[in-house]
Amino acid sequence: MAYPPHFDETLNLVKETRRFRKSQEIKRLNDAERTELIENYHPDYRAEGMEPLRIGPNRGDRVPIELAKALESYSIYDPGRLNLSEPDYSTDILIVGGGGAGCAAALTAREGGAEVLMATKLRLGDANTLMAEGGMCSPVRPEDSPYMHFIDTIGGGHYTNVPELVKALVLDGPEIASWLIGMGVMFDYEADGSLKVNHCGGHSRKRMLSCKDLTGLELMRVLRDEMRDREIPCLEFSPVVDLLLDEQGSCAGAVLYNMDTADFTVVKAKAVIMASGGIGRLHIQGFPTTNHYGATADGLVVAYRSGAEMIHMDSIQYHPTGTVWPEQLLGQLITEVMRGHGAHLVNASGKRFINELECRDTCASACIRECSERGNGVVTPTGFEGIWLDTPLIPDIKNHFVGIYQRFKKYDIDIQEEPILVYPTQHYQNGGLRINPQAETSMPGLFAAGEVAGGIQGKNRLAGNSLLDIFVYGRRAARRALELNGKVASPVRLTVEHLHNWHDRLNALGVPKAQQSPVLLPDYTPK
Amino acid sequence: MANLIPIYYLGKKHMVPEGVTIMGAIENSGHRLVRGCGCRGGFCGACATVFRIPGDHQIKVGLACQTRVEAGMDVAILPYYPAQKVLYDFKTVTDPARALQTMYPEMYRCLGCSACNKICPQDLPVMDIIAEAQRGNLPAVAELSFDCVMCGLCASRCLAQMVPYNIAMAARRLYSHSMLLGPDYVGVRIREIEQGVYDRQIDALLEKSQEELQKLYAERDIECI
Repeated sequence: MAYPPHFDETLNLVKETRRFRKSQEIKRLNDAERTELIENYHPDYRAEGMEPLRIGPNRGDRVPIELAKALESYSIYDPGRLNLSEPDYSTDILIVGGGGAGCAAALTAREGGAEVLMATKLRLGDANTLMAEGGMCSPVRPEDSPYMHFIDTIGGGHYTNVPELVKALVLDGPEIASWLIGMGVMFDYEADGSLKVNHCGGHSRKRMLSCKDLTGLELMRVLRDEMRDREIPCLEFSPVVDLLLDEQGSCAGAVLYNMDTADFTVVKAKAVIMASGGIGRLHIQGFPTTNHYGATADGLVVAYRSGAEMIHMDSIQYHPTGTVWPEQLLGQLITEVMRGHGAHLVNASGKRFINELECRDTCASACIRECSERGNGVVTPTGFEGIWLDTPLIPDIKNHFVGIYQRFKKYDIDIQEEPILVYPTQHYQNGGLRINPQAETSMPGLFAAGEVAGGIQGKNRLAGNSLLDIFVYGRRAARRALELNGKVASPVRLTVEHLHNWHDRLNALGVPKAQQSPVLLPDYTPK
Repeated sequence: MANLIPIYYLGKKHMVPEGVTIMGAIENSGHRLVRGCGCRGGFCGACATVFRIPGDHQIKVGLACQTRVEAGMDVAILPYYPAQKVLYDFKTVTDPARALQTMYPEMYRCLGCSACNKICPQDLPVMDIIAEAQRGNLPAVAELSFDCVMCGLCASRCLAQMVPYNIAMAARRLYSHSMLLGPDYVGVRIREIEQGVYDRQIDALLEKSQEELQKLYAERDIECI
């Protein structure tokens, strides 16, 4: 499965122009040029990809069509048939989602003495956290400071971030690093005992802590092990399908769906921490994704229809360099560190078209422009289109990027000799449930942490900031829930009135009954 | 259109496009996976798969999301594998090598058969990892086992019935917890934050207009690579 023969012509052009391109300077865009490029080509600005929500707290807000459909949907079961008077489980704190944010919340809540139950869609640890390669940013070095991390994050987010959330993010960063070190995470170190730090896009200081190129895997392995050591119960293959409220309208539990038995489980809780992750597997605007199989926005959907407010849900992050060929690797991430090491973005005729070190939304927009309006893309036999990431420019690539080298070698592509065909791929949900610095959503009793929460990263997230935010807000959610737990009694009566109301409103809008959510898993069987 | 080749999944024959992954082939033949599918990128170990090829007596393995189909292959994805894990409070450890030996004494029953090496889809030297664990060489276990995705296949084949991936997990944590302590400057920074050193600086930023922030951002000095 090397490149198809009809790629020969463009591959030759890339090879022939390599020498010239090495000495070519491409100027960075100024603010106005950058804004124009993004507004014309970034998928977030495609009018046909968005639609205004018709009901709920964010009525009138534009969101991706795929999300709008999931939000404006009926429950996948009849809420009237639940036995709410005899819950299957009763606990202090229910945590939805078994990724980095969920585990941070669960461990912190247990440390504080609460009774904790976790529910997750797949296995404990099956989450985007585990797939993070690069690392986690934290302003720990003497040369760095939380002040600089704040400026970088808010500038990278185009000043749309909720500043108080960024403040909490950067001030908690060092404590999070220390917490993880204390749990036995195998971070990379220099010979002198200092933490190894990497530079990454948009950060003005080296502050990315790493565990080789498998940072997320190492973090998730340790958290999962600690979850088991603390004997925190976790219901696997049990995604959330709705939230339950008490008579005052506070969140008081959830309905889970047991994927093994097709039964519904009622959980009563004094607080619910939503840590259900992102949206990639809804394939916004048809984009492939770097996300985990379970990233279908379930938490966002169930929280919204129970009354929790969202923020920035018109903002999706597309990573400029997702794999296009071989198709088996479609959408998989090619780290931006490769561009940092000198790889060019090159069109079918062998020409560069953007400074490769612009941030993610800018580079992604430029790649899309090249393939659409300018017609300079390379078309694969099955109709996908991409541009080249010219990897042979990277010195010693085989050692620097051993994982990527081997991944392509399996398909007879030697990235030392040949470039990689790439196109933007959905990577991250910038927006999410609106939270305050205590991780409280707009609904009493409901907290949110991790990718499902919004506002922290603004409309463009910097590399390394999400691995930090999941832990910061996971722990903050748990601490706040612990604080309030002592003050509230266990809910007396659970209700699903809000779901009946929601269904009535959908009915009035003429939404067909077959339109149900959450989606739970994508469907890749032939249509 | 790609050529179609036969594979057998759960005993049923399916014609699937040549060149696709085992996971792609299973989905292409109409199955919506629930168990046996995770990150789809080779990180998570959810799709550990065993298979045989006609005419070959050997049992073969791979991650379904990373392994391409071969004509006639008979595949099963492991939905779950029960594993022994010893609960432990890592904070109480004084002698990490000794602790590992106490937690998993069965590691000394290794027969040296190397079935674990042969089955590891990550090509890890599992038997060497266990040998280093027996010697109490935790740094070596940690390095050699770092790419482990904990898929469970080694445990499924071990003649001594141990769970190599949980032994390696414990070894990595014991090693990191006792020997990678983090530099002093982390604690210094945490104390500065507790003392409120940065609150005033950042609160001043919260008062600034977007134009002022833009100026600060544009003029910030960037550390050399």
